[in-house]
Amino acid sequence: MSYFVNEKGYYGDFGGAYIPEMLYPNVEELRQNYLKIIAEEDFQKEFHQLLKDYVGRPSPLYLAKRLSKKYNANIFLKREDLNHTGAHKINNTIGQILMAERLGKKRIIAETGAGQHGVATATVCALRGLECVIYMGEIDIQRQAPNVARMKMLGARVVPATSGSKTLKDATNEAMRDWINNPVDTHYIIGSVVGPHPYPDMVAIFQSIISEETKKQLIEQTGSDQPDYVLACVGGGSNAIGMFYHFIDDEKVKLVAVEAAGKGVDSGFSAATTTLGKEGVLHGSRSILMQTGDGQVVEPHSVSAGLDYPGIGPQHAHLFKTGRGEYVSITDDESLQAGLLLTQMEGIIPAIESAHALAYLEKMTFTGNENVVVCLSGRGDKDMDTYMKYFNL
Amino acid sequence: MSRLKELFQHKKNILSIYYTAGYPGLNDTVKLAETLEQSGADLLEIGFPYSDPVADGPTIQASSKQSLDQGMDLKLLFEQLKALRSKVTIPVLLMGYVNPVLQFGVENFCKACVEVGVDGCIVPDLPMVEYEEFYQTTFKENGLSNIFLVTPQTSPERIRKIDALSNGFIYLLSSSATTGQHLQVSEDTQTYFSRIADMKLNNPIMIGFGINSKETFDKACQYANGAIIGSAFVKALDPANLTGSVQTFMQNFKP
Repeated sequence: MSYFVNEKGYYGDFGGAYIPEMLYPNVEELRQNYLKIIAEEDFQKEFHQLLKDYVGRPSPLYLAKRLSKKYNANIFLKREDLNHTGAHKINNTIGQILMAERLGKKRIIAETGAGQHGVATATVCALRGLECVIYMGEIDIQRQAPNVARMKMLGARVVPATSGSKTLKDATNEAMRDWINNPVDTHYIIGSVVGPHPYPDMVAIFQSIISEETKKQLIEQTGSDQPDYVLACVGGGSNAIGMFYHFIDDEKVKLVAVEAAGKGVDSGFSAATTTLGKEGVLHGSRSILMQTGDGQVVEPHSVSAGLDYPGIGPQHAHLFKTGRGEYVSITDDESLQAGLLLTQMEGIIPAIESAHALAYLEKMTFTGNENVVVCLSGRGDKDMDTYMKYFNL
Repeated sequence: MSRLKELFQHKKNILSIYYTAGYPGLNDTVKLAETLEQSGADLLEIGFPYSDPVADGPTIQASSKQSLDQGMDLKLLFEQLKALRSKVTIPVLLMGYVNPVLQFGVENFCKACVEVGVDGCIVPDLPMVEYEEFYQTTFKENGLSNIFLVTPQTSPERIRKIDALSNGFIYLLSSSATTGQHLQVSEDTQTYFSRIADMKLNNPIMIGFGINSKETFDKACQYANGAIIGSAFVKALDPANLTGSVQTFMQNFKP
């Protein structure tokens, strides 16, 4: 069985390019060129140079000793939080800005939830001198004020999405509308492994640097490139795909994807897509999404803006349906407690998104010898307001 | 002969009106169809609302949201449309996004369309390749037309393919845009319209997006079999005087 995209743009039953004709030329141009451009020597050279000198890669693989003792396993943290701009998102935006330049695009648009992808996009636009417009849900603008200020300081225009739930899904709708209205000179930097083919594959390729490095680092530190488990949080699922990518075909490595249960899976305030969702089409691909019986998209909830999305990428839907990945969920409360725990045991304040992955360690049982890698996808600076309110700091 | 075929054989300057089902009032759907036919519309596109309408501008987004909030769904729409053919004789299309159709079931959807006398569909986010592979057979078996969009950026080869796959008309977008903007009939637009007209396609052509006045309607009709008005009509609807507001709006388009 293949867990990767086929020539028609599908992962098993999921994927495809369900887009209006207005987007066809742009998406088709990308589809015809992305693999060729990524394979070019000068692209690879520039991409890896920037990841090294600008982003600060490779990101460390850190054996968290106190956490390991607590959970009775070797817990490794893949430190994407140490990347420039504070999360894994920059791996993708570096790749896509180089792609956009090679396609001759002059203007960049993006959607953002927590603001991490927006900041990462505004950053690479500043770096390369390209015009940048970021769509962000009105509610997210309120709960992620520092990131909004960063984007503005970086020269981006931040446009509030005021429709629907006023969060990530609606920001994505607005970005797609912008792209429809600007069909020639604009490139849309989608921030996750969602959207029409070839986006899920392209973003996965750029994020796959996470597992590529992890394998090398595991050999150095443990003598084997085969961990027992890799864990990552999933909103759309880009850090998870990056963390899983080079382990997907090695069935001995268990893949654990942690979704946001919000106030509880059955509370009506949740973003646990694989539990609550059904197959359908959202934002250009066939996947699993939270929806009513009539096919209307349900508004999700999570304390973490980056996981507050009613769908998952099509490759995740495929990994879930085939059973290759285990998809679980963690509540708002559990994630915040896990964030505090990591802070006090290892001196690392994680993003609330990443804290969801950490929280799942509480629910696993280990025998003492397992090697477990958790993708620490981002740092918690942007979430201080939420942590402060929750813990009365 | 199908209602659509007959319309295009016998009429020029066809006026097609789009409106959102269940808007402004939940039960206005058939009433609007009836009033529109009486006021001179030749063809109707009834939109079934979707929560995430990416090809639509603010006017149709807002009407869709209100309709959904009032309780519209496909099941109710087909229930309402049972009264359609006792009141309306012009062709009627349903327009909406693919996910509600998928959840309703493609086969159930096609059968329900035929039962209530709907002549075809426009599903903007259902691309040609997916239609060919998963939907075409069911549409054909039920005798439903499927209408595809063409934009200024659609390549000639792709237009030929769309023409071969179409069996109703081709929906020519005046520009690549979301709905509800004003048509600028620039030199570029006219060159584009002429280029399409010169291709002598098998299917008739209707121009839509940005048609909001008699002037833009007449201009579009120079290059096509007719034109489609959506947002401008939806905007003009007055819930307090529904019939009156439809009649006043349609008055502008009298030949």
